[in-house]
Amino acid sequence: MKQTLAIFALTIVTCFLTVSTQAQSGLKDLEGTINIDGSSTVAPITIEADAGFRKIAPKVKVPVGVSGTGGGFKRFTKGETDISDASRPIKYKEFESCKANGVSFIEIPVAYDGLTVAVGKSNDFVEQLTVDQLKKIFLADSKDKSFTNAKTWKDIDDSWPATEIKIFSPGTDSGTFDYFKEVVVGKSDASMRADMSVSEDDNVLVQGIAKTEGAIGFFGASYYFANQDKLKGVKIVNPDSGEAVEVSAANIESGVYAPFSRPLFIYVNSKSARRPEVKVFVNYYLDNAPELAAKVKYVGLPKEIGDAAKAHFKTRKVGTHFWEMNNGEPAKREGSLSEVYTVENLLK
Amino acid sequence: MLSIFYQGMLAFNPPQDEIVAELSEIKSKLANVAADSSDAQDLTVRQLELRELQETIDKSFLSKPPAPSAREAGIGPALMGSIWVCAGCTAFFLPLGVGTAIFLEEFKPRNKFLRWLSDMLQLNINNLAGVPSIVYGILGMTVFATMFGLFGSPNEPFFELGTKFKRQYVTEGMQVVFVPVADRDETPTLVDGMTALKSDGSEVKLNIIGDDDDFPEDDATLAVSLFSDSDGGVVAENAWYSFRLPFGRSVLAASMTLMLVILPVVIISTQEALRAVPMSLRQGAQGLGCTPWQTVRNVTLPAAIPGIMTGCILSMSRAIGEAAPILMISGIVAISMGPQHLMDDFSILPLQIYYWAGQPVNDADPFNFQHVAAGAIIVLLLVLFAFNSVAIVLRQIAQKRLS
Repeated sequence: MKQTLAIFALTIVTCFLTVSTQAQSGLKDLEGTINIDGSSTVAPITIEADAGFRKIAPKVKVPVGVSGTGGGFKRFTKGETDISDASRPIKYKEFESCKANGVSFIEIPVAYDGLTVAVGKSNDFVEQLTVDQLKKIFLADSKDKSFTNAKTWKDIDDSWPATEIKIFSPGTDSGTFDYFKEVVVGKSDASMRADMSVSEDDNVLVQGIAKTEGAIGFFGASYYFANQDKLKGVKIVNPDSGEAVEVSAANIESGVYAPFSRPLFIYVNSKSARRPEVKVFVNYYLDNAPELAAKVKYVGLPKEIGDAAKAHFKTRKVGTHFWEMNNGEPAKREGSLSEVYTVENLLK
Repeated sequence: MLSIFYQGMLAFNPPQDEIVAELSEIKSKLANVAADSSDAQDLTVRQLELRELQETIDKSFLSKPPAPSAREAGIGPALMGSIWVCAGCTAFFLPLGVGTAIFLEEFKPRNKFLRWLSDMLQLNINNLAGVPSIVYGILGMTVFATMFGLFGSPNEPFFELGTKFKRQYVTEGMQVVFVPVADRDETPTLVDGMTALKSDGSEVKLNIIGDDDDFPEDDATLAVSLFSDSDGGVVAENAWYSFRLPFGRSVLAASMTLMLVILPVVIISTQEALRAVPMSLRQGAQGLGCTPWQTVRNVTLPAAIPGIMTGCILSMSRAIGEAAPILMISGIVAISMGPQHLMDDFSILPLQIYYWAGQPVNDADPFNFQHVAAGAIIVLLLVLFAFNSVAIVLRQIAQKRLS
C-alpha cells in the first residue's frame, strides 16, 4: 500500500514537472522582433529585461536603440517602434502626432530615478540647496534684467567663498535635461543658462565635477551611486516639508526626495501589444521590474503602482495620464505618480 | 594607450570572484601550514591550477551578445554587424569609386562646356571629402532608410521580396503555433480543425473554442486550443536575399551611407594612382592602335592597381571605424544576434563601444563596462591591422607581377 502511494505521489510530481517544463518550453518557440528605441537612461533596464527574456524566448529579437527620449518618441509616434523608452512623460505635441498617425499606446511606469545634484568632494561649503537657490545657479539672466544669475557661490550665500560657479549638464536632447529644466524653470518663461559644459557622456560630467573647483552639475542617481567616492551629493530641500533630503534609494521610493525623483516609463504601441511576443516581453518586464531596476541601480516602484501598471497593460488601457484638457487647452497634470496613474486620469 | 590595452585584455578574462576569493584563502592558509607538509603541496598545486584558470583567454567574448552586466557582455552581434556593413560598403564603393575615377581621369572631355562640368564635379568631390560623417548619416537616413517617405514606412514597405508572413498564436496550453498568411495585414479566420504549424515544421490540427463551447481540460487538447477571437501577431520570415523599398534602418542602408562617406576619398586616391602611371605607357598603347578603353583596360589600370588597392583598403579601414553615421541609421546598442540578411537590424563595434564607454563607472569594481569597451576597441584595432596588412601584402604581390 505504502509503495503504491509512493509511486502515485511520484507520478503526480513528475506530471507537474513535465507540465511546468512544457509550459516554459512552449514559449521557447516564440518568434519575431520587438523594436525598442528611446531614452539612454531607461535603456539599461530594458537591456536587463531583454537578457532575462532571452532565456524564456531565445528566438525573439529585441534590438534596443538609444536615440534619447525625444528621438525615440519621434519614431514611436510614426509607428516605427513597438516600445519607446522614456525618462519623462510624453509631451503634448508628441501625443498629438501619435493621434494624427493613429498610434495609441499604453503608458507604463517601470522604475524611479533620482536626479542628483552633485558637487566635488573638495567643496566643503555646499551641503544643501533649495529649488530657489538652484534657479539662481542654473537659470539664464532674464531679458529685462529683473533676474540675474549667480556668478560666484558668494552670490547665493554670503558665508560661501567667492569661487566661480562652473556648471556641468547632460545634453539638451536627454530626458534628464528636460526633467531638470521642468523643475527649475517650471512654468516661467526663463531659460537655462547657455554657458554650461554640456556632455552626452555622464562619465565626463562626473570627471568634470570631481576635478573642477567650484563645479556643480546634475545627472541620474545611478552615476552618483557609482561615484560616491569622488562626488558629494547635495541635499535638496523638499519644498513641502522644508527638510533637506539626501538622495538615496529609500528616499526616492518614499517620495520625500522631491522634486527630483522622477518615474521612468515605457510606452507600448497598443497595436503591437496584441502580438504574443510583445505581450510576453512586457509581462516579463512588469513582473520583474523592481529587480531589474535594482540591478541597474534604479529604484523599483511601490507595489501598488506596479500592480496598476500590470492591470493597465492587461486590460489595454490606452492613453496618457499626464495631460488633461482644461477648457480645450492641454494642461499638465500635477501630483505624485500614485495620484496621477489611475484609470480615471487617462486622456485618449 | 597601454592602459586601454591592459583594460581591454581583461575583457577576455574577467576576474571571477570565486577564483579571487579562493586564491586569497589559499594564501592565508599557506601562511599557516609548514612549508614542506603535504597540505602545503596540495595547496600550491591548487593555487597553480587557479592561476592558470585566471589567465585563460575567454574567446566567448567574441561571440556572446551584449548583456546588462559587464562580466557577461560580449561583442558577437556587433562584430558580425561590422563585417556585414563593411562588406556591403565595399561591394558598392569599389565599382562606383574606381569607375568614377577612371572616367574623370582617363576620359577627359574636349568640349569646353563639358570640361567645365568635369572641373565642377572634381571640385565637388574634393569638397565632399571634407564633410563631417554625421552629415552623411543624416543624408543616408533620408535617402536610403526612409527614401524621402516616397515608398511608405519601413513597417509597411511599398515593395518587398523574399519575405514570408505567418501569424503567431499562443494557445491556451502556452504552445506557439503558426498559420501562414499572404501579407502582413491578413487575419485568418480561425475554424475548428484547421491545420497550423509548430516551430519545428510539424502540423497540428487546431481546436477552436467559441464563447459557449466547453473549455478543454486535458493538456494535449489545451496545447492546440485557441479562442476563435484570438488575433495573434504577424511574424516576418526573411530569406537571405530579402529586399524591400524603402531600406529602413537596415544593413543595406548603413552600407550605402558608409559608401557615401568614403566615396570621395576613394575617387581621389584612385585618381592619384592613375595619374602616377607614366604618360609614355598610354601613348605607347595608343601608338599601337589601342582605343581609349583598351588602353585603360590593358595598360593604365593594371599599372595603377597597387595604388588603387591601397587607397581602397585604407578607406575601408575608415568605414569600419565610423560610429556617427551609423548612430543616425541604426542607433541600436543591444541586439542578441548578428544580421541574417541585408534588411536586418544590426549594431556595429564602434556603436557598441560608444554606448559602453558611457555606462556608470565604479572604480571600486575591478571589472566594469570600461573594460568591455576597451576589449571591443582592441578587437576593432586588430581588424584594422588585419585590413592594413592585407593592403600591404596585396600591393607587394601586384607590384611583383608588374615588374
